[in-house]
Amino acid sequence: MAAVEYRRKAEVMDGQAIDRALTRIAHEILEANKGCGNIALVGILTRGAVVAERLAERIERIEGVGVPVGSLDISFYRDDVATRLSPEVHRTDIPFDVEGRDVVLVDDVLYTGRTIRAAMDAIMDYGRPCSIQLAVLVDRGHRELPIRADFVGKNVPTSRRERVRALFEATDGAADTVEILEEVEAR
Amino acid sequence: MSGLTSRHIISMDDLTAADITTVLDTAESFKEVNERRIKKLPTLRGRTIINLFLEPSTRTRTSFEIAAKRLSADAINMTGSASATVKGESLRDTAKTLSAMACDLIVVRHAYAGAPQVLTECMDAHVINGGDGRHQHPTQALLDLFTIRQHAGRLAGLRVGIVGDICHSRVAGSLVPALRTVGATPVLIAPPTLLPARPDVLGAEVAPSLDEALPELDVVYLLRVQMERAAGMPFPSLREYARFWGMNEARLSSARPELLVMHPGPMNRGVEISSAVADSPRAIVLDQVNAGVAVRMAVMYLLLGGEGGGAAA
Repeated sequence: MAAVEYRRKAEVMDGQAIDRALTRIAHEILEANKGCGNIALVGILTRGAVVAERLAERIERIEGVGVPVGSLDISFYRDDVATRLSPEVHRTDIPFDVEGRDVVLVDDVLYTGRTIRAAMDAIMDYGRPCSIQLAVLVDRGHRELPIRADFVGKNVPTSRRERVRALFEATDGAADTVEILEEVEAR
Repeated sequence: MSGLTSRHIISMDDLTAADITTVLDTAESFKEVNERRIKKLPTLRGRTIINLFLEPSTRTRTSFEIAAKRLSADAINMTGSASATVKGESLRDTAKTLSAMACDLIVVRHAYAGAPQVLTECMDAHVINGGDGRHQHPTQALLDLFTIRQHAGRLAGLRVGIVGDICHSRVAGSLVPALRTVGATPVLIAPPTLLPARPDVLGAEVAPSLDEALPELDVVYLLRVQMERAAGMPFPSLREYARFWGMNEARLSSARPELLVMHPGPMNRGVEISSAVADSPRAIVLDQVNAGVAVRMAVMYLLLGGEGGGAAA
């Protein structure tokens, strides 16, 4: 079976659009939680962690206080471990007690919801949070589990044959962008 | 896509330098899990792991059992006295029987070198060598590398002195090639009666005495004096062994301040290691034990994960 190739079809968010969306989400998180007294952000590795860091910066700018930020690797919680290994396992780093916190899970792209299911299980193994909320930069639809994001940067209708990819300067060395890739037709 | 190049871990030859790095990096993540309050992951739920220990062992078997259970696999222990081997069943038939029960992974310890290899030939399960005769004990070498990397921050370029019964030791049998694969230098330090006939074949340096080699070492790895195997008396007395080949406080003062003292356990205090050294902060023996669980979780995860996918994309 040959590897499927993809080519860039369109850009759905540029750097500015990402910035504006993150600023809005930061305000929405603060509004929904009545401030940042009890919240903690947990980004799903790798790109969710970048988004979480940026949200934390904005929240700090708005409220003048820092919020705890952690990063979560969900490789060991995936439901497809038997068929697929994560190419790289990263270290989970949650430097605060999740017990009783309002944990905001952060990811770049929300698709089937399976990653979020795994992440919720992982969080629960650290303690019993008061609540778990979900913030994503892009929601591309096609859920396979009853999961819904509380804070969404942009809803992007896609087909299952397409891929949505977020690139960040911190992880990819490229200018910030969210783009849709489509399969290249076999010749 | 599977995580390692080999389906089994029988000897260190099955692992490339990249494989070793994958195992150690994966183990870092599992070490974090072992520090949590809830030390359990759902990763290998529904998989069956059999620990077939046909030679006495508590720590290695316990370590494998804990590793399997923390990954939510079903771990079953079979020991020599409880298995059908005492009723005269051959190893092949035991293997086929376990295979018929559809176990996914088998960890085997056996008094004879090559027994784990035999298992790979007559069953479908993955096999991990938990120590076979005087041959190898690969997960011990992996946990040793993990512990050295954790303390020294690197592996390449280190000089690691291995002291004692090289000739009968499966720990040395795995550690020497493992160190060479990662670019460290193994130095064998032992009375000539406990050195193999051709140490050059192993590709390790040989030092004539502990006192001469010690100042240059980054790690000193003390092998257990195997009382049960020393029947032919390869050295005149335990007292003499302790005096010339044992690690004590006086020797510690002639070593580098950052020297790490390691031992695979169980320790014979007062023989290969003095009590003062064993309890000093330079001794990282308990870190080795701690790393054992994480490293064994890593190899189980890497062998059992990602196999159903078949088609390599």
